[in-house]
Amino acid sequence: QDNRISLWSTGDLGNVGLNGEYHGEPHLLCDIQHNGDVMDMQFLDQERIVVGSSTGTVTIFRHHQNNQTLSANHWWEKAHHHVDQDTSCGGAVCTGVVCNNPEIVTVGEDGRINLFRADQKDAVRTIDNADSSTLHAVTFLRTTEILTVNSIGQLKIWDLRQQRNEPSQIFSLAGDRVPLHCVDRHPNQQHIVATGGQDGMLSIWDIRQGTMPVSLLNAHEAEMWEVHFHPSNPDHLFTCSEDGSLWHWDASTNVSEKPSFLHQGGRSTTYFSHSTINQSVVSAWLSNDPTKDRMEITNLIPNQTLSVNSLDVLGPCLVYGTDAEAIYVNRQLFA
Amino acid sequence: PPQVVPGADPSARQLCFAWGPAEVLVCETRFGRAGRAGAGARVLTGSVADSAGEAPGSSRVFVVRRDQDIYIQTLRKLFNESHGIFMGLQRSEEELAGKSRKAQLVQVSKNYRSVIRACMEDMHQAAVSTRDPALQGQYSTQVSILSAMELIWNLCEILFVEAAAAGPLLLRLLDWVRLHVCDVDSMVREVLSSENPSKHKLFWNVVDVFVLQGRMDEARHLLSKEATANPTSMNMYKILDDLMKKMPMPSLGNTQTLTELELKWQHWHEECQRFLQDGTFASNPHMESICKILLGDEDAILEKKELMTTWYHFLVTRLLYSNPTVKPMELRFYAQSSMDLFLGGESSPEPLDMILMAAFEFEMHQVIKECSIVLSNWWFVAHLTDLLDHCKLLQSHNLYFGSNMREFLLLEYASGLFSHHSLWQLGVDYFDHCPEYGRVYLELHIERIPLNTEQKALKVLRICEQRQMHEQVRSICKIMAMKALRNNRLGSALSWSIRAKDAAFATLISDRFLKDYCERGCFSDLDLIDNLGPSMLLSDRLTFLGKYREFHRLYGEKRFPEAARLLLTLMTAHIAPCSFWMTLLTDALPLLEQKEIIFSAEQTYELMRCLEDLTAGNVDKQKFQEDDETTKVEMLRLALARNLARVIVKEGTVEGS
Repeated sequence: QDNRISLWSTGDLGNVGLNGEYHGEPHLLCDIQHNGDVMDMQFLDQERIVVGSSTGTVTIFRHHQNNQTLSANHWWEKAHHHVDQDTSCGGAVCTGVVCNNPEIVTVGEDGRINLFRADQKDAVRTIDNADSSTLHAVTFLRTTEILTVNSIGQLKIWDLRQQRNEPSQIFSLAGDRVPLHCVDRHPNQQHIVATGGQDGMLSIWDIRQGTMPVSLLNAHEAEMWEVHFHPSNPDHLFTCSEDGSLWHWDASTNVSEKPSFLHQGGRSTTYFSHSTINQSVVSAWLSNDPTKDRMEITNLIPNQTLSVNSLDVLGPCLVYGTDAEAIYVNRQLFA
Repeated sequence: PPQVVPGADPSARQLCFAWGPAEVLVCETRFGRAGRAGAGARVLTGSVADSAGEAPGSSRVFVVRRDQDIYIQTLRKLFNESHGIFMGLQRSEEELAGKSRKAQLVQVSKNYRSVIRACMEDMHQAAVSTRDPALQGQYSTQVSILSAMELIWNLCEILFVEAAAAGPLLLRLLDWVRLHVCDVDSMVREVLSSENPSKHKLFWNVVDVFVLQGRMDEARHLLSKEATANPTSMNMYKILDDLMKKMPMPSLGNTQTLTELELKWQHWHEECQRFLQDGTFASNPHMESICKILLGDEDAILEKKELMTTWYHFLVTRLLYSNPTVKPMELRFYAQSSMDLFLGGESSPEPLDMILMAAFEFEMHQVIKECSIVLSNWWFVAHLTDLLDHCKLLQSHNLYFGSNMREFLLLEYASGLFSHHSLWQLGVDYFDHCPEYGRVYLELHIERIPLNTEQKALKVLRICEQRQMHEQVRSICKIMAMKALRNNRLGSALSWSIRAKDAAFATLISDRFLKDYCERGCFSDLDLIDNLGPSMLLSDRLTFLGKYREFHRLYGEKRFPEAARLLLTLMTAHIAPCSFWMTLLTDALPLLEQKEIIFSAEQTYELMRCLEDLTAGNVDKQKFQEDDETTKVEMLRLALARNLARVIVKEGTVEGS
């Protein structure tokens, strides 16, 4: 198998046409061989990328901008592993990686949570058997707290300051323990958390209260692989799924105030208005009143065939990758 | 074509082989050649080195893959993109009839071709940028194969998909030739970019090329340069230019009928004839030969063989200048004679030539058959046949084992994809669109995909669930659950059994938990057991596990009456397995010994009954039982009796006074 980490440039400003449309394709800057499947990756800083592999190894790659190359800077081999009955250490799949420079947290199919620091050779902390099932994803709640989701439908908060190997709080879904595959936290309001499940359901949680989700939204027809709040416009949420669709959830509150004939494709044109965000005391995500706030949901993929495995969003750009071995870049998300 | 397995030497060791779904295993046996027979007729299939040292070295196993092409990196784009086009075609509306449907199908064909061309580009880039000569050779070969594929496909599009009628047919063929005969491009560029084109030594060659390809405007443009440089031939030039300008060509629109065109053309042909016979061009051999070409003189055209490079170029030029209103069905006669004239007995036709000939003869099946033989991969024939089938051009040609040709080719192609660790996902969709055998093939193949990550297993499961392939779902979930169990990931194992609704496995996992508890005296993975939720009901044993843990929790919270009630229910409702009753009764002991009375009289009677039920079965075994057992039973009996006594008194006492 030939798996590679590749760095692409989606073009220079010179390629912008009359309408500000982007012409030209993303082009490959550099790439490097990777051992095992790339399960998750995240930028640690401007130059370094942390990658979790299906072999259980966690690697930091450095991008050298002067000569456009990638090199493996540092790695923790068998960061995730199973202990076989004949005590041979088999690697276990690392399923999730999250960074908060210089700290890196990884989780895997072995139910282990690792805390690394970018400059240190060994793990700072390892919680063995943190979970009896597979941990599918991890994200930072606060600088010292992380959120994990597992395959028996539980959302757990871990306080890394404490030495005990127990989660400080456990949340779970009400009915069937459907595995949760992804988790993301609201950028500004840290008590709002979104998770996606194996049945394609999007759950919004308020971790200040209760142990069950605030709202359950029937979304995709198959596993939801990733969920992301837009980092600067958190009234927008993006989810992608095995069913081949990528949904844009628009919960900007002034959607309902406009008369419907002014909607242009259901997209709000004043999402930039900061005053709106500050005014909403209760975020649109937590509001339970369906008559008051309408959410616009758009499928961004016209001809869906194979699964959309991963997405990321920053500013006006959206990038996503599919099982048809294609990467799509949308640079005008809110146009 | 026969394949040589590198390293497998039948003269050194006797080889055996076994067929797999997509591969062949070839193994070296213990038996060498030249009379070295081992004891018995046993054959070692690919195992370790022989310890007795009989055979030199270890045996090797060779995995011979059928389909090499799927591993070529640059072809992956071809497979992925064409999959998208294929799916689009299958889903497109069949209700559109006539012209719009045809236009739709032509567009699909064009899409396929542009994918082939894009792949060719990538492959060319790879060939140029690599430093390894072997790789470069491989890439270059691939480029020429792809180029040939596009050539054939393009012709099939013109003749079969678009089914161009007389008139437009010639125009399409001209485009086709211009696009694919590019050996002369560099020469053309060189002459056009030189300072003084008319003085260039290849000038007339380029003019000839333009004329042969029917590019009249470009030819006239070049000729005008010659005329300005050479005023003496101005007269000749003017006449030739005029002839070329007036040449009647078929048009794509409906501006003229075929009869009109034929009349005009006949007129023009005669005019050219007159000028030639008058000796107008006698002083300039170049112009004279051009005039002869315009008249469709075969010998004159054949003289320019090197400029045409292929017989099909010759064919199209011939048609242009002798029969521009040629009908599709007449092509075959011209094609055969063109090839004969062009090759002239010096060289024999290559496979590509035979395929194109079959196309000109409208023998679709022949085209597909020849392509299947020549190409190393089913991609081309599978997609082309599918497209032709959608054009309703293939008769339902039933092959002897039941499916038709389209399905056969798609099945072969998709099976090839399944041996790839990642492209198998494309194969699933192809199987979906094979009505006869697709499902069976899918069922067989899908269980053999290696599942090295849970995410991959989930994808496979989703595919199976969407197609109601329940057997496969159960089988895959069992495999994943067993793997998890072996790695001591009990929560994962449970999650897989819930997905498969596999009660038996859930029971297995619960037994494992209970065993752990009995050995260690405490529960592992409390986060799982405490949060089972409705999945607890999947199996009785699992329910028991959940409830038993609840009992411990209640006990820990000192909610004794509730704990007691739960404990009793576990036994009386037969939720607890009989093997566990002893443990449960032992758990009841501390409750019986408490200062306050927890069990009521009725509950105590129930407990005693349970105990009796338990010990009744053990009557036979007694003397060999450990003393612990009998001691326990005795202690229980004593405790129960004491509790009974106390509770009778308490219940009998009348409150107040």
